[in-house]
Amino acid sequence: MLADKDRIFTNVYGFQDWGLKAAQARGDWDDTKALLARGPEAIIEEMKASGLRGRGGAGFPTGLKWSFMPKESRDGRPSFLVINADESEPGSCKDREILRHDPHKLVEGALVAGFAMRARAAYIYVRGEYIREAETLQAAIHQAYEAGLIGKNSCGSGYDFDVFMHRGAGAYICGEETAMIESLEGKKGQPRLKPPFPAGAGLYGCPTTVNNVESIAVAPTILRRGASWFSSFGRENNKGTKLFQISGHVEKPCVVEESMSISFEELIEKHCGGIRGGWDNLLAVIPGGSSVPLVPAAQIRNAPMDFDGLKELGSGLGTAAVIVMDKSTDIVRAISRLSYFYKHESCGQCTPCREGTGWMWRMMERLRTGDAAIEEIDMLQEVTKQVEGHTICALGDAAAWPIQGLIRHFRPELERRINEHNAQFQEAAE
Amino acid sequence: MPKVTVDGQEIEVPAGATVLQACELAGKEIPRFCYHERLSIAGNCRMCLVEVKPGPPKPQASCALPAAEGQEIRTDSPMVKKAREGVMEFLLINHPLDCPICDQGGECDLQDQAVAYGRGGSRYHENKRAVTEKYMGPLIKTIMTRCIHCTRCVRFSEEIAGVDEIGALYRGEDMQITTYLEQAAAHELSANVIDLCPVGALTSRPYAFEARPWELKKTLSIDVSDAVGANITLHSKGREVMRALPRVNDDVNEEWLSDKGRYQVDGLTKRRLDRVWVRRDGKLQPAEWTEAFGLIAGALEGDKASIAAVAGDLLDAETMFAAKALVNACGSQLTEARQTGMTYDVSNLAAVNFNSTFAGIETADAILIVGSNVRWEAALLNVRLRKAVKAGAKVYIIGSEWNPTYPATFLGSDLKLLNRIPKELGDVMKSAKRPAVILGAAALAKGALPAGLKLIDKFGLVKDGWNGFNVLHISAARMASLMLGFTLPGGMGDIAAASPKVLLSLGADEMDYAAFPNSLKVFIGHHGDKGAHHADIILPGASYAEKDGTYVNAEGRVQFAEKAVFAPGDAREDWTILRALADALGVTVGFDSFAALQAKMIAAVPALGEEGLADYGALPKADAGAKFEGELVGYPIKDFYLTNPIARASEVMQRCSDELLHGADVKEAAE
Repeated sequence: MLADKDRIFTNVYGFQDWGLKAAQARGDWDDTKALLARGPEAIIEEMKASGLRGRGGAGFPTGLKWSFMPKESRDGRPSFLVINADESEPGSCKDREILRHDPHKLVEGALVAGFAMRARAAYIYVRGEYIREAETLQAAIHQAYEAGLIGKNSCGSGYDFDVFMHRGAGAYICGEETAMIESLEGKKGQPRLKPPFPAGAGLYGCPTTVNNVESIAVAPTILRRGASWFSSFGRENNKGTKLFQISGHVEKPCVVEESMSISFEELIEKHCGGIRGGWDNLLAVIPGGSSVPLVPAAQIRNAPMDFDGLKELGSGLGTAAVIVMDKSTDIVRAISRLSYFYKHESCGQCTPCREGTGWMWRMMERLRTGDAAIEEIDMLQEVTKQVEGHTICALGDAAAWPIQGLIRHFRPELERRINEHNAQFQEAAE
Repeated sequence: MPKVTVDGQEIEVPAGATVLQACELAGKEIPRFCYHERLSIAGNCRMCLVEVKPGPPKPQASCALPAAEGQEIRTDSPMVKKAREGVMEFLLINHPLDCPICDQGGECDLQDQAVAYGRGGSRYHENKRAVTEKYMGPLIKTIMTRCIHCTRCVRFSEEIAGVDEIGALYRGEDMQITTYLEQAAAHELSANVIDLCPVGALTSRPYAFEARPWELKKTLSIDVSDAVGANITLHSKGREVMRALPRVNDDVNEEWLSDKGRYQVDGLTKRRLDRVWVRRDGKLQPAEWTEAFGLIAGALEGDKASIAAVAGDLLDAETMFAAKALVNACGSQLTEARQTGMTYDVSNLAAVNFNSTFAGIETADAILIVGSNVRWEAALLNVRLRKAVKAGAKVYIIGSEWNPTYPATFLGSDLKLLNRIPKELGDVMKSAKRPAVILGAAALAKGALPAGLKLIDKFGLVKDGWNGFNVLHISAARMASLMLGFTLPGGMGDIAAASPKVLLSLGADEMDYAAFPNSLKVFIGHHGDKGAHHADIILPGASYAEKDGTYVNAEGRVQFAEKAVFAPGDAREDWTILRALADALGVTVGFDSFAALQAKMIAAVPALGEEGLADYGALPKADAGAKFEGELVGYPIKDFYLTNPIARASEVMQRCSDELLHGADVKEAAE
């Protein structure tokens, strides 16, 4: 279990004030000038050494991502940092806690990360529904400006850096990095084709890096306490600490910072008071937010909660939004509801996702009541395969995976429903 | 020049090419819906997926992927086949099964590709999506349930036409393509989205349910609605031209066509002159050819040379040559084509030509437009100007304000300000690498040509490999008439002064007939318009769709059009009328067949025998004393949709004019 002294987010529950004074008392903005004085190269090296992998779901090494940015502008184009606070994945609620209880960690991280990638400014794209959170963040940005921590000559470092807060309008797809860039530019939020990648031509055609809130917010602490401290947690290739968000059928759902690679059982027992009705009552877990396949109870109990461990189970860590479902859950209905979510949030740009998400949801609704034929399970599986990997962005994959997970692990349940439903009509016809 | 392998075949592709282009170079067909050569890449239909190594283990959209050295591309692997089948299935699940009543049938990309790349049957048992109808104006019929969201129409409006009118609303499977507030798409190129639409979502409203593509005879022709000379195909069924579609010519119209060129064709069957008329007792009455010829011969009795000919705006070169031959054979030199009375000097044709060429003007970096509403006078040229501006060109306009589709600076409408060039304009023009000046019809009418020539030296318009001096005509017949020498130094004034006994009007509907009170006015034309009203004798002729002919566009490009249908009733091809009239007048013109006429014309003006740009030589020296004078008040075209007798006879053009320009209420289909 992670010791209190090793926690990065010390105000994640909001027991203390979020303001600048309190944040400074917690150690934020402590001699940030000295951090910047190390120079961009040293900062990126330190981040690489820390083994931090992006906390937004894909798990791309953060330091490596920063190093893709141009070292100097050859054509006069500025670089930008875009921070993804459009936390819309069902199950995820970690960025929200950072935004409303520890915003200065994010603002300081924006400065440090922006400086390391030689960005002119950071845009923080906040989910439209996060109204109070956006207000708090904006207030924190004001405080930082007034204290001279950002803006002209940030922290007395001689570096000019601006931070802008931008509010979304409540579209899940705007959490996709290129759709977010489109939305920031004032256009319809639709993912762009890659290449060109944002590091080459992103926001307003300028080199851009898009990072998750958590990835940015942990950066200053990593630099202060050193890469070796951060990498002392977790397994090889899955280093550091992480905010886990446990929801569903546990005794005490919570957001908690824990070391990576903690076993699922430990996470639940230590922080959540155990599974509702005991471990025998556990049906399945969606370990990383709605877009990863579910894992049945038997496989998840001792699994390490990290990128590689969950990948081996055919799932993924995603944003570490752990959705626990006990045996009272109608699992087909649960997945069908997720399908509806993806149908509703598909941007409509490319064909497989636009047409496929609706089809998959309608099929799921029929499977929920069993109003289908056994062969249709295979057909649905095939449809998900036709969507997966054929779309511009990953929303198509995200829509396909939960259903694939359901079919993989709960096929008998699907068949049972179909047989029972059809038997009813068999009798009636006889 | 990267080398790639397509299905095992190694080929070299130009730098910057996409994987899709590489596959096409290798002779592989890649199915696609959203990709279009002249539009930006959207990559959203996902139909063009191919397998590319190295790369992720999933199929890639070939339209958006740059071809890179050493790529191994497969278009025939099981992965690709499955991907195509999958995408096709998705496109079809919500596409209505109304092919039998769909106007796109037979020329539908979705239909064709479904046959080639789709699965055998349907597995979709849910309800199909339906989309409410949209209104896009009198030309575009929408059945949006058929839309596959390729966004070609959106990209065309935004990128080519420069009018942000069409866009997408909502998201996911509820996404809908519509115009802003469901208003009519009101610009001169709107109907091109019909050609671009790969399915039957946007179809032609006037052509709705008229014919199937396989019933139509296709004839290569040239558009005469303006002086651009857009290359078109006339699609005819029996004796009627059903529709006009653009064909690809990168030098002239790329693959677009103005709405007028496309939709004036219904005017070809309306208000036609299909028999001979003779004015008796002040009233036009039906007559026979011989009677009419007799009257003309009678009027010339004793003074054969008192004959003049005026050419209209839609004429082919052959007709004008035949008329000139007839007038000359009678001993007269009175021929004029500039029927509205312009008198600019035509001794050097380079001075009245669009020298930069339409394709060339795209590369200009500073453009001064004097007295031309390019959007209405040559809509397809405006597309080129827009491209130039997108590439960084600056545009200045002298004349009344109009709405270009690109940023431009209006300097006012007083021509005198060109005598002392404003500093900003002078600096921009002089520092430009490829400066261009466009003199429009309004400027020509004010006699601005001699002073305009002075700008050549002032701005350095002529450089190595660049000629930036341009005159933009608005009549399809103009350049050919000038090449044939169908003009007089004093223009129409000279003819009026000569007061000829017989005035032959060859479809001249814009001229002032009041200047000829004592002449026997013979109208040879195809539509009962202004000219026919003033005529004493009407001889029914053929429109551009009903005769072979040579046309020369504003840039001096000689093009040949073919006859699509026969003229109605007693109407004859114009040259045969003139040939018969020569017999009646007892003169010899020296040709008995169209081939002989054409040969004679080419012998007289060799450039007319060669398709392509005519060479007019060097620009003349400007007259140092010439001065700009006068104020440009308005432009010659008052109504884009009603500029010529065919368009004025067209119901579709009339409706466009009422609704799009004059704000009349939308007419419902039921009325």
